[in-house]
Amino acid sequence: MRFVPISSDQRERMLRVIGVESAEELFADVPASVHLDRPLALGEPMSELELVSHLDALARANTPASQLVSFAGAGCYDHYVPSIVDHVLRKPEFFTAYTPYQPEVSQGTLQAFFEYQTMICELTGMEVSNASMYDGATAFVEAALMACRLTKRHTVAVARTVHPEWLATLETYAASGLFEIEYVSGEGLTAEDEWRAVADEHVAAFLVASPNYWGALEDVEAIAPLAHEAGGLAVVATNPVLLGVMEPPSSAGADIVVGEGQPLGNPMSFGGPGLGFLSCRMQFVRQMPGRLVGATLDADGNEAYVLTLSTREQHIRREKATSNICSNHALNALAAAVYLASVGTDGLVDVARVCLNRAHYMRDRLLETGRFSAPWDAPFGYEFALVYDGNVRAMHEEMRSRGYLAGVIAEDAGSGGTDLVVFAVTEKRTRAQIDAFIEEVAAL
Amino acid sequence: MTERLAHTPDGAPTRGPRGTIFEQRSVRAQSDVVAQLDVPELPVDDMLGGRARENAPELPNVTEVQIARHYAHLASMNFGVDTGSYPLGSCTMKYNPRVNEDAARLPGFAGLHPYQPESSVQGALRLMFELQEALGEIAGLPEVTLQPAAGAHGELTAIMCFRAFHEHTGDARSRVIIPDSAHGTNPATVSMAGYTVTQVPSNGRGGVDVAALRDALDTDVAAVMLTNPNTLGLFDENICAITDAAHQVGALAYCDGANLNAIMGIARPGDMGFDAMHINLHKTFSTPHGGGGPGSGPVCVTPELAPYLPGPVVARTDDGYGFVVPERSIGRVRSFFGNFGVLVRAYAYIMGLGAQGLHEASEQAVVSANYLKARLCAAYDVPYDRTCMHEFVLSGMRQRREHGVRTLDIAKRLLDYGTHPPTVYFPLIVDEALMIEPTETESLAELDRFVDAMLAIAQEAQAEPEMLKHAPYTTPVRRLDEARAARDPQLRWRPTE
Repeated sequence: MRFVPISSDQRERMLRVIGVESAEELFADVPASVHLDRPLALGEPMSELELVSHLDALARANTPASQLVSFAGAGCYDHYVPSIVDHVLRKPEFFTAYTPYQPEVSQGTLQAFFEYQTMICELTGMEVSNASMYDGATAFVEAALMACRLTKRHTVAVARTVHPEWLATLETYAASGLFEIEYVSGEGLTAEDEWRAVADEHVAAFLVASPNYWGALEDVEAIAPLAHEAGGLAVVATNPVLLGVMEPPSSAGADIVVGEGQPLGNPMSFGGPGLGFLSCRMQFVRQMPGRLVGATLDADGNEAYVLTLSTREQHIRREKATSNICSNHALNALAAAVYLASVGTDGLVDVARVCLNRAHYMRDRLLETGRFSAPWDAPFGYEFALVYDGNVRAMHEEMRSRGYLAGVIAEDAGSGGTDLVVFAVTEKRTRAQIDAFIEEVAAL
Repeated sequence: MTERLAHTPDGAPTRGPRGTIFEQRSVRAQSDVVAQLDVPELPVDDMLGGRARENAPELPNVTEVQIARHYAHLASMNFGVDTGSYPLGSCTMKYNPRVNEDAARLPGFAGLHPYQPESSVQGALRLMFELQEALGEIAGLPEVTLQPAAGAHGELTAIMCFRAFHEHTGDARSRVIIPDSAHGTNPATVSMAGYTVTQVPSNGRGGVDVAALRDALDTDVAAVMLTNPNTLGLFDENICAITDAAHQVGALAYCDGANLNAIMGIARPGDMGFDAMHINLHKTFSTPHGGGGPGSGPVCVTPELAPYLPGPVVARTDDGYGFVVPERSIGRVRSFFGNFGVLVRAYAYIMGLGAQGLHEASEQAVVSANYLKARLCAAYDVPYDRTCMHEFVLSGMRQRREHGVRTLDIAKRLLDYGTHPPTVYFPLIVDEALMIEPTETESLAELDRFVDAMLAIAQEAQAEPEMLKHAPYTTPVRRLDEARAARDPQLRWRPTE
């Protein structure tokens, strides 16, 4: 396969215009000592047909969750994606375009971002959203850094109940020495007393997820005021589908709201690419990381869109930028916007309502079997954690052989290392599937 | 222009924005049913422990037909690689092969959950392992993490690994050296990794001033960050002396891989003495830019740095492939394993082209850039007139000095000729810079069309400079009032009263 639309005759002509005999002459600046004197060890080119067969074989060597009865979540969810979403993403004017630095020929991308920003504000209840980040974990870290800049403090208090991979990411960034982490623990939910204990004049922000890693809903309404009393900010991570029916973190006192946007119209794709969303109060906009689109007028007075407040960004501010981020997850943000337009307000409420009800139904039924028990009593959305009475790994493997993904096995650091199973129930799981799963797992 | 407008009927739809999707008239009485509730219904407020939302979020309420039309119109206002020439320097806007798009959407890839048992994802793990191997071979730096989500994220990952490496040996350092021609992400990355930036100047030939570099180097320097070929499109002929000088004081050498498209199969950063590099899969390996992402920025390092890479990475196991966490890993830089969907596309590209195809791609990219430079050097200033690699930098200083026309005007006028402008005002060391990267996927006819446009604009700069200052004339919208956008930020749609 090759994608070079230039014939050898044309190439000869080009070399003559340049004034060289051969293409090799153009590499004269490459020192002989580093000039590769062998072909790369990569194998022979493939025809498109050969390539398709090869990739198909690799794909078939997997058993995708989407073709199992999957109750796996833990940060990546098997929601239904309406057909229209991918048809929009496949438009070459969207996916083959670069960052909209030339707004006169990028109004499509810019307006789509503007609409995305509006939708995220509607979901989170915040006043401003950027045009997306890499993923939930990095949006979470960027929110911590943002809070440090805003408060000129260098310690963040973080709930242990946040997704462990997000915490690991935060710790990696903290190794730079730019900020320190204090952990706040609790069983299933963080304890209010523990937050109180870290609420001092050093704390830049409280970072909490609701729903948290275990699916439980934290008491943001109690936690956020403690951060504020200490002069810090409240950063809340949340699930965007749940916001169809759950009060937005803004009304519970959040200053910055972040999360993983994959549930909105993006396939699981082995965990990436999804998108991170980051939204905040307008007063903090100048410390936001990432791209922002604003409305303005063109020279003829027509309404139009443009990247704005760029003086925050690396290509202008270099080492003084709010972040080193250069790209966003544009196409994933587009997917989220098309998804939200496709389901609409009522549709999102429906999806959330169905997920919630089925998850609550499933949890009750699992508890009734006597094989599962609740490690704590906390409200939850469409994901919940249970203790299995038996060998949890053997159960998971057996159910997998029967065509199920029996949730995600997770070690609970808070309760002394017990293995829990975290179940997520999306609108794709029917009552019949739930009932069949429960019947089989109970009989093990 | 006037003729087109004169014959446009009254009430004809504008080619520019026509209102947001929120303003579409709703014809949908209620949503299409996504799923029927088939379990006993509980009150939402009870399930959420008293957290039910009072007012539902106000999302668009439109039919699929309206969505299709809306995004078709938005798409019509966009310029992509499929629209025409896109010679954006340092961005490598090459053609995005369609078979790669299909590959990433195969259910066996797109439908994978990141926490499935490893036994059920062996095909995906093999793909990742082979991509690690291929990128390591191309870079000459054999150990690879696929986790970073973008080039800047890869830079940060590598500099964090450098910190861990130095700290492990009790040799903590505080500075990173960057040349004045560097991408903005480099200094921003350095700050984010907790180091301070020391800038060194370029020499008269556009390379690093090696004497100045030596002066700046001491045992407090953690790394030297370079792009090679650099942002002027020049291969630094002193590259080995530069990496040597860094190593002599115990510093590490980092290669920003933005310009890898010039040298695949020709020279390898590992052989030049670099200790680490990131690779922009969305540039060199043809994965689509998507209007700004998702990208992917794998990092390749020497065996010495391998223990510090973020985990997990994919390794061979007794019965196939599995995830392992390097011994002294810096940890994670994001959730899960990387932008897997992007990795699939890049893997497909590499497998399709093979060693030979990649080499050809680089060679043609360099030939095409030199061809454009040869044809444009009479009409525009060439600040560093040397053989270039896959891109080169012109200066609009002559047009500015003689006719008061700025590079911005030239860029905007190119839009009227149906070409996307080059990168402008970068690198910062060239006044009125135009940074041009044609890539290997432009035909000779397209390259000539670009040359013709640039030459015509040079003429226009002479004959009608005022006209250029108000270009473009034919685009969906005209020049935008960016100051207004920043002064009074309108960052979301709101209903008019």
